[in-house]
Amino acid sequence: MIKFSDEQLKIPKMARPVYLVTAGMSKFDRAFPKSRTEELVIQAFTAASDFIKMTPAELKKYIHTCYYGHFADHFGDQLLGEAVIHDRLGLDPLGNIGIKTGGATGGSTLWEAVKTVASGYSDCTLAMGWERMDEVPTDEGNHLISAAADKDWETPLGHIYTGYYAVMAQRYWKIFGKEEDSFRDTMAEIAVKNRGYARMNPHAHGPMKITIEDVKNSPIIAYPLRALDCCLMSVGAACGIVADEKIAYELTDNPLRVWVGAGSHTLRVADRRDMKIPLLPNETEETYKNFGEKYPGGDRYPGFTSFLAARIAAYYAYHMAGIIDPCEDLDVIELHDAFTISDIQSYEDVGLRPYGEGRHYIESGDGYLKDPKTGKKGRLPSNLSGGLIGCMHAVGATGLMQVAEIAYHLWNRWDEIHEPKEKWKAFGREKPKDWESLQVPGAKRGLAISHAGVGSHVTASILMHPDHLLKED
Amino acid sequence: MPKTENEKGYVNIVKGRYKPKGKFHIIEKNQPIFDKDTGKLAGVTNPRDMTYIHSYGGEAIFFESLGKGKLIATRCENEKCETAYKSIFMPFRIYCPDCLRKTNLYDLTETARKTAKIHSYIITHRSGAFNMLNKPIKFINVEFDGVCTILMSYLSYGDPEIGMRVVPIFKTKDPTYTIIDLSFVPEGTPESKLPEGFTF
Ligand SMILES: [Zn+2]
Repeated sequence: MIKFSDEQLKIPKMARPVYLVTAGMSKFDRAFPKSRTEELVIQAFTAASDFIKMTPAELKKYIHTCYYGHFADHFGDQLLGEAVIHDRLGLDPLGNIGIKTGGATGGSTLWEAVKTVASGYSDCTLAMGWERMDEVPTDEGNHLISAAADKDWETPLGHIYTGYYAVMAQRYWKIFGKEEDSFRDTMAEIAVKNRGYARMNPHAHGPMKITIEDVKNSPIIAYPLRALDCCLMSVGAACGIVADEKIAYELTDNPLRVWVGAGSHTLRVADRRDMKIPLLPNETEETYKNFGEKYPGGDRYPGFTSFLAARIAAYYAYHMAGIIDPCEDLDVIELHDAFTISDIQSYEDVGLRPYGEGRHYIESGDGYLKDPKTGKKGRLPSNLSGGLIGCMHAVGATGLMQVAEIAYHLWNRWDEIHEPKEKWKAFGREKPKDWESLQVPGAKRGLAISHAGVGSHVTASILMHPDHLLKED
Repeated sequence: MPKTENEKGYVNIVKGRYKPKGKFHIIEKNQPIFDKDTGKLAGVTNPRDMTYIHSYGGEAIFFESLGKGKLIATRCENEKCETAYKSIFMPFRIYCPDCLRKTNLYDLTETARKTAKIHSYIITHRSGAFNMLNKPIKFINVEFDGVCTILMSYLSYGDPEIGMRVVPIFKTKDPTYTIIDLSFVPEGTPESKLPEGFTF
């Protein structure tokens, strides 16, 4: 039985408050045959400066340190890809560094940036993430992604990363989903929901108006996962700029407080040994009494059905920011919906529901802005951007896109980013006739989860309006 | 087109150093990428044909043993190890992940024959470039009695089910010296059904 020491479980402390000042995103797409990466990065940076009514040159004068999230060098055949971007952004002579934690790269980039401000090293730091996965043929791309698994023990097995995750989905489907049609429908509902939300997002490249039946009839990738259960593979860039209180209020009237927690677990799922479930603030020992009887085969934690890294990231972040019950304390979230099943798994990891009961978050209508079945307002809408399934998964940018999307809600400026006809046109996308605002009214607090593959790294980023904190500093 | 014998690269270690011989890459000219709609240049292809030279280090014995029909695990035998004393690791770990003392080799072949069971599985028709397995690939995760980890492998015959008893098979003829030399089949599978080069 694995145990963690008190020192390991200590709640992280930041030496001073950190604020998110602005954020920006490029257009996202499956491929950009006629754009270099720097063009997308500059698009994201310029969007961030425009948002606070500054020129890029004015904003650059405040930045002191730079973090670049870019996972897969080998896709671009360019080592020090981060240095290329730093150069093109003209940010010399600032210290800069690349961050790589697989699918969690975007979140990890923000994590590092926040710590430089919290420590006092920097008063204003750039967190910029991007990915480009369109510069190799798809099968070679699959090989390159599979190289993020253990190259001796896993990669030679098919060179297909999806397979290494899908075995986890299978086990969850059998143990907690009990192979029920109703559970299959709930999975499909997530795909319908997120692709539907993506329709309102000009940045998104996977919008679709579909039904549960469409998802269930889409081609099988690896049973029970079908094509429409899976996330996109994307190219694009997103960024956030964090600052101390003084600079934050110099740059904007409305900065948001930010905290990031991070967790990890073994790179190979194979190595995950049994342990007690680490509890979140809204759980007690009682929550998991008789767990193995209720879900036969589900008593090995985290086994193949849960993500310790996500649980620990949430544990650190919730305690840092004073969150007790995420469904009560938060107004909007973005989760890492790599697959519909992994989305359900993360509802449990981050405490939206106890382990085993994730599906109820969707079935209750909580996860919607407006439940399509009842017309009622959801308690905690998720992935209004469209998520990885509907908006994009440009690995190094994903976690930062999520944070940007949450921030637009908290700033009450979501419409400004998603509505303008000019933007839809500039991106070459048709704005739907039934376009509607997905702004969460009065949103004050949000969460974004950035997650690597089978769960080796996860970050939990929390944003709050400074007048609506849950805990004194 | 597969490379001919003298287009392949080989490596030996002589007096402690790598000695490569043969060809490690065939140079291929890049090609322009034109936009068919505008007739304008958009980019170029950059062909790369590379071979990595990789050391298995302390895990080499595991990969070599597969070709001899043995499944070699490791065990922490540090009595002072708080959490992993006597834990058996498969995947093989050179060092105990908890106490970081060197583990001892532990022959798991018989245990695997008698107790291996499918913990989870997936069947997929997809694969990435360089895949050598037949499709569909039947990924399985295998539990062994007394082992604290769950090994990923693939099923070479029959259809996987959670809880199914399986037995290991090994590519003892012409081994690749990679993890694909190890596979599993359902208990009771006749020898005649094993893939080319594999034995129990
Ligand atoms: Zn030990």
